[in-house]
Amino acid sequence: MTEDRKQETENRKQRDASCLFPVSCLLPSEIEAIKAEAGHYETPSAASIEALKIVQKNRGWISDESLKEIAALLGMAPAELDGVATFYNLIYRRPVGDTVVHYCNSASCWMLGAEKVRERFCERLGIELGETTKDGEFTLLPIVCLGACDHAPVVMVGESIHHDVDEQQVDRILDGKR
Amino acid sequence: MIMDMNTPLTKNIKPDRAFATLDNYLSTGGYEGLRIAIKELTPLDVQRAVKDAGLRGRGGAGFPTGLKWSFVPMGEDAPRPKYLVVNGDEMEPGAFKDRLLIERDPHQLVEGVIISAYAIEASMAYIFLRGEYHLGAQRMKQAIAEAYDRHYLGKNILGSDYSLELHVHTSAGRYICGEETALLNALEGKRANPRAKPPFPQISGLWGKPTVVNNVETLCNVPHILHYGVDWYQELGRGEDKGTKLFGASGRIKRPGLWELPMGTPIREILEVHAGGMQEGFRLRGFLPGGASTDFLLPEHLDVPMDYGAIEKAGSRIGTATMIILDDKTCPVAMVLNLEQFFAQESCGWCTPCRDGLPWVVSILQDILNGRGRMDDLDTLARHTRLLGPGNTYCALAPGAMGPLQSALKYFRADFERFIRQNTEGIGRMTTKNTKGFSLSAVEGGQ
Repeated sequence: MTEDRKQETENRKQRDASCLFPVSCLLPSEIEAIKAEAGHYETPSAASIEALKIVQKNRGWISDESLKEIAALLGMAPAELDGVATFYNLIYRRPVGDTVVHYCNSASCWMLGAEKVRERFCERLGIELGETTKDGEFTLLPIVCLGACDHAPVVMVGESIHHDVDEQQVDRILDGKR
Repeated sequence: MIMDMNTPLTKNIKPDRAFATLDNYLSTGGYEGLRIAIKELTPLDVQRAVKDAGLRGRGGAGFPTGLKWSFVPMGEDAPRPKYLVVNGDEMEPGAFKDRLLIERDPHQLVEGVIISAYAIEASMAYIFLRGEYHLGAQRMKQAIAEAYDRHYLGKNILGSDYSLELHVHTSAGRYICGEETALLNALEGKRANPRAKPPFPQISGLWGKPTVVNNVETLCNVPHILHYGVDWYQELGRGEDKGTKLFGASGRIKRPGLWELPMGTPIREILEVHAGGMQEGFRLRGFLPGGASTDFLLPEHLDVPMDYGAIEKAGSRIGTATMIILDDKTCPVAMVLNLEQFFAQESCGWCTPCRDGLPWVVSILQDILNGRGRMDDLDTLARHTRLLGPGNTYCALAPGAMGPLQSALKYFRADFERFIRQNTEGIGRMTTKNTKGFSLSAVEGGQ
């Protein structure tokens, strides 16, 4: 980190400390992890995606408050970081369930029954695409090709990939989680 | 051993083991290529070997790898630091080849990165992985830590003057990050919009410094070229092009999968011998030879060899060489809609033809499938294939998106017209508001 940037970050922190929003909502462990990532790059802002993922892993999603603090930590304007956050399929700017179910809707999965898989998830969870179950356990989202087309249809539940998914397997996935 | 020599990329990938450990990798000559490069060759020697071997980029564009490296400023006056970046943002629908290499033989990629970074005198390398490859990221990080322990990475590699740091960057899911210059913006922590070229990354890449971006599979070839030699590598190809390649196929075939085969293997051999042919009750209608962004080919093209030039001559591109098969019970128009929805969603929105053109294409296709199409829609679609074609946008996303559309209009025109003829009332898109979205499940093939 250059001296200028250090100063800039320091100034921003002081500004933030006097504003209405609760600051220091980032945990020391999060700040440490973000700083470690930033150390691998020429500029701290290069760690923006990793920083968002570190915080999201802890909290499930990226709130405006989190966004603001991460931006300050990386020496970015909040709007600039929001431009990055909203760009990616896997950064959530709204609350999601404890487990996010991503079903692949790209060509090979679509051909081999992805819609049936989606329908079964919707039916079992009682939600539409993009919604979260009332108990806050599951969010169902579409995702593009997950890189396992030889095992289509493919579903990503949390971080784990499920192959050759049919309606029975949807049931097994959900029963195993609940 | 003979068999292994014909399949250098996958020789350590065995059905009975989750992945090749460092010991597994070393036992088949792992890191020998690195030893040869660092101890016996200069960086320019390495560049020459890879150029002479005839290795071409395996990420889709097929640019000769040695030539790509040769544009990097070399010597003491060259701007530093220089960077090598691995493109592991495999997100093209139909493509699943790099994941195999990353997850099952991570040290092969690590060795490829070190040798290639040495060839361009890079001091820092990044592996850019798509966010969904959690297992791949974990295995790469482990392999990198082991490589540091053995002094294959870090300061004074194998006792030489050469030093290299290697870091894994995991992304968060966006197809455009696979575009070389968009990837650089993503690595810098910015929105992943492509950059204007020139300047090319070799001159002004990451943080304005000389940078080479290579695909995962491309780099996995490099250790073997150094270890076994240029002549051996050239012998591997069956036709015009050199070396082996991972070929894949998905869709209604008996054995979807990946196979490492010589460049120039005929498509028929891949589909009929390795993939086992079509599933019972389905016939081959066409296929995308290199993933979602390539033009459809037909059964009449089955005897074309999988070579860059031969596939281009047939009217498509080898792309990632992972084929998507269109069977006779899947509607080609609905399949094209599915593909265009992907491209429309994944467009970064930077260039107008792509940002506005792709949703328009999607809307027209939806209308046609909903029985609201008109014959002149086909002209509008054809016009889009030109407006979104090469030369009108910063990157190749829009031209790639037009591949399946323009070829479908050529080969499956009767299917488009059949839907349009169902529009007996002559209702056009411009006269009524279509509020009901077309459901892909409503037509045959969409299930």
